Amino acid sequence: MRDSVNEASLVDINGVSRVFPKGSGEDLLVLEKVDLKIRNGEIVGLLGRSGSGKSTLLRIIAGLIAPSSGEARCRGETISGPPHGVAMVFQSFALFPWLTVLQNVELGLEALGIDSTERRKRALAAIDLIGLDGFESAYPKELSGGMRQRVGFARALVVHPDLLLMDEPFSALDVLTAETLRTDLVDLWTDGRLPIKSVLMVTHNIEEAVLMCDRILVFSSNPGRVAAEFKVDLTHPRNRLDPAFRQLVDSLYARMTQRPEPKAPSLDGIAGSGVGMVLSHVSSNALSGLIETLAGQPYNGHADLPVLAGHLQLEFDEILPLAEALQLLRLALLSEGDLTLTDAGMRFAHLETDERKKLFAQYLLDYVPVMGLIRRVLDERPSHTAPEARFRNELEDYMSEKYADETLKTIVSWGRYAELFAYDEQSETFSLENPH
Amino acid sequence: MMLQDFRIPVLRQAVRPNIWDVVALVIVIGAMVLIVYGGEQTTLPLSTLDTAPVSLDPSHLPFYALRTTLRMLLAILCSLLFTFVYAALAAKSRRAEIVLIPLLDILQSVPILGFLTFTVVFFMNLFPGNVLGAELACVFAIFTSQAWNMTFSMYQSMRNVPKDLEEATQSFHLSGWQRFWRLDVPFAMPGLIWNTMMSMSGGWFFVVASEAITVGNTTVTLPGIGSYVALAIQQQNLRAIGYALLTMLLVIIVYDQLLFRPVVAWADKFRFEQTASGNPPSSWMLDLFRRTRALRSLSLPFAALNRSFSNLRINWPATWSGPVRHSPPSRLIDALWLAVILACCAYAGWTSYRYLSQTLLPSDVAIAIGYGLITLSRVVVLIALASLIWVPVGVWIGLRPKLAERMQPLAQFLAAFPANLAFPVFVVLIVRFGLNADIWLSPLMILGTQWYILFNVIAGASAFPSDLREAAASFHLRGWRWWVKVVLPGIFPYYITGAITASGGSWNASIVAEVASWGDTHLTASGLGAYIALATERGDFPRVVLGIAVMCILVTVFNRLLWRPLYAFGERRLRLG
Repeated sequence: MRDSVNEASLVDINGVSRVFPKGSGEDLLVLEKVDLKIRNGEIVGLLGRSGSGKSTLLRIIAGLIAPSSGEARCRGETISGPPHGVAMVFQSFALFPWLTVLQNVELGLEALGIDSTERRKRALAAIDLIGLDGFESAYPKELSGGMRQRVGFARALVVHPDLLLMDEPFSALDVLTAETLRTDLVDLWTDGRLPIKSVLMVTHNIEEAVLMCDRILVFSSNPGRVAAEFKVDLTHPRNRLDPAFRQLVDSLYARMTQRPEPKAPSLDGIAGSGVGMVLSHVSSNALSGLIETLAGQPYNGHADLPVLAGHLQLEFDEILPLAEALQLLRLALLSEGDLTLTDAGMRFAHLETDERKKLFAQYLLDYVPVMGLIRRVLDERPSHTAPEARFRNELEDYMSEKYADETLKTIVSWGRYAELFAYDEQSETFSLENPH
Repeated sequence: MMLQDFRIPVLRQAVRPNIWDVVALVIVIGAMVLIVYGGEQTTLPLSTLDTAPVSLDPSHLPFYALRTTLRMLLAILCSLLFTFVYAALAAKSRRAEIVLIPLLDILQSVPILGFLTFTVVFFMNLFPGNVLGAELACVFAIFTSQAWNMTFSMYQSMRNVPKDLEEATQSFHLSGWQRFWRLDVPFAMPGLIWNTMMSMSGGWFFVVASEAITVGNTTVTLPGIGSYVALAIQQQNLRAIGYALLTMLLVIIVYDQLLFRPVVAWADKFRFEQTASGNPPSSWMLDLFRRTRALRSLSLPFAALNRSFSNLRINWPATWSGPVRHSPPSRLIDALWLAVILACCAYAGWTSYRYLSQTLLPSDVAIAIGYGLITLSRVVVLIALASLIWVPVGVWIGLRPKLAERMQPLAQFLAAFPANLAFPVFVVLIVRFGLNADIWLSPLMILGTQWYILFNVIAGASAFPSDLREAAASFHLRGWRWWVKVVLPGIFPYYITGAITASGGSWNASIVAEVASWGDTHLTASGLGAYIALATERGDFPRVVLGIAVMCILVTVFNRLLWRPLYAFGERRLRLG
């Protein structure tokens, strides 16, 4: 029975979970019971925010990380180590700066032990296909970002993989370059000129996913799970202005901002466990700016998130933490892809700097439990100082070291802005004294 | 100016000494004792050694220079080989790492010249009645002056290989062997080459010092520039010393132009950067080589050989091939490993104690520490003096790009020049004017190492951002305030790098600088260096071991308590960009 299933599916992921060991206490669950099948001839997109485990899933399929439980198979064989017939394109390009374009492309073939004549022939063919003619002897640092990623593609395609894995391949590129590269790739794909059977790509860019993929899996965060699956039936080349395209983008936005499962920062309070909430690092300046924009014309306190993101030239992944921080502080409401300022938010927009700080401080103490905790500890201690480690340990009971770092960074910068407490980076201590 | 990209690797480690440092220290001292002990049993064959007499005829100098250079080359090859093996082991195996890295740290602070006596005896016993033994001892001495920082640099690089490139090598199925040659080594290359250059600079000093060595009543003289100078000192021939200085000058220039410039220019492609930076280093030699077709085609077989060598299907043990699977490490094996290390440590400690306690009294230890403190104060005072002179000069030069471009190579060259060749000139002056040896021999310690401060400060000042300078000028910051608020913080990390190198070099140099002679006149400054040197001359091995151990501990403690915190502070707060 298994064989008949595997005939059609290239990759078979069954109930895969992944935990990472954490500094203190239990492990951190980043991926929970994920199922995924990749069939021949499709482009599948994994869409989600950073920290939703989509990159982890990609690396499990790439054989770079082992799943903690569940079953990951590639062409019917359990994945242990990078499987043959799978090649990867990296977000950072991952080119070897000391190798020329040609040598970079040949690298994968060399590892396979292919002889030099054949190697050269195939490498030149891949370079030709991906539009890198004339750059063979250049070193990566001489190339622009777009050209470098083309080398990344050529290097992956040259081994003629069945499955091409792409880890946010366009997110390090500027808008124009990314668009050209996407279109070129889709053209090659629809013409059937790519020596591959299927593509699995990770992205946090909703439009990119709709533009390229046949199927989109939306991931939710903490822990990463497949929250929804969308089929894209539009024919290539797709038009971003096509109403059907827009509608799909809108519904993906709505799906991604809706949170049915209880997650740390949410409006219906979770006061008890609140100290453990992960705070993404967004600056108080950006928050003020967003509030001002939202309060002003043409939004008047209410905006469609995709529209707002387009206006501010922010990626989905960039605007969402901002919107969520506002929601956490009860300065705005976020639902179904819409962001609405609360009364407090409107008030904030029209205050002077000092009053804004006061309001911000009040709301921090009211709605961010860890802020209240720090302030309480500082007030109670006779010295009015406390080491950072005191709070780091507490945070690490709830989250990984990395998140604790980010949360602390956020706490420090918000606390400084609100003048709730001072922080000395040298001695890593919080205190109540401000320099006069 | 490659300098600015490389920090002192060892200093990035934790500041506080841990138990492993103590373990490493005990093992190093124990090993020294064992070698001495083995050597002492068979000192006799040394006297039968037939060594070629050195002559002061300047026409022999090219030949001597060649011999000296060859020793140097051989040593650098050994150092590279050692670096690859040791660093790879330490970086790939966790269990090896916990021993190898503290060991390296301690070895770095062992005063090499003091150790020379043991190694001469040891190697000569390996090849009794043969010059080869003495040659090897000399090469080994240079090796010990070169290998450690190179190894550290390689190890640090291997631990910091970018994650995405690591994943790319795995994803494209490169074997562990391929990965080592295609990723680890190229990535480590810029740091390694820089450290190799620094090692070479230091190496000239040691090759010269170790060619003519007296252990007890045996004197071994290897044909070379160092022994030429030693003979010139004996015969009070100032003109011969001039010849030797000139020859050394030429040798270093040729070495730099024909070997190092080309290598540095070639290795520029290994710099891990995503955008092309300003001025790539250039070398006329490399350009020449690249332009000639005939020479180029000569290199093709090497390229092919290199390719097939790095593509050999060799696999590391499975546990080394990356972090794909991580089963918890076996506690039983860990415990066994720990037991083996502690047993070695206990044995080394016990052997050292037994050997030293036969002849030494606790008061000897106190005396050695007293001398150590005298030398310590010399180092501190000299570094402070050199800083007072060279920091302003370096800043002045560094802020003038044209001048800096010309002065930088000169300062690097001066750092490479073996200052001990110039010692006799100073000794002659001291003798002639009847100066106090305790004071006036001291500057010799820093004669060769002060240049490290100069060229690091030049590098720092050249890298100082011009917008900050402009901002300072527009706010009318001048005089004292300009130094304290603007420039000194800006060059601090560079200055510290230079001062650490200079201070380490000065400790080493004290062994040859605190004792000097000119013909029959012997000058001695009291200090730990002189203590070790005199004990060596007498063949008093227990005191040599004691002196070295004390110096080793002092250097380590000095580094941990002063330099590392300063360095960490500079990296954290004052590193621009």
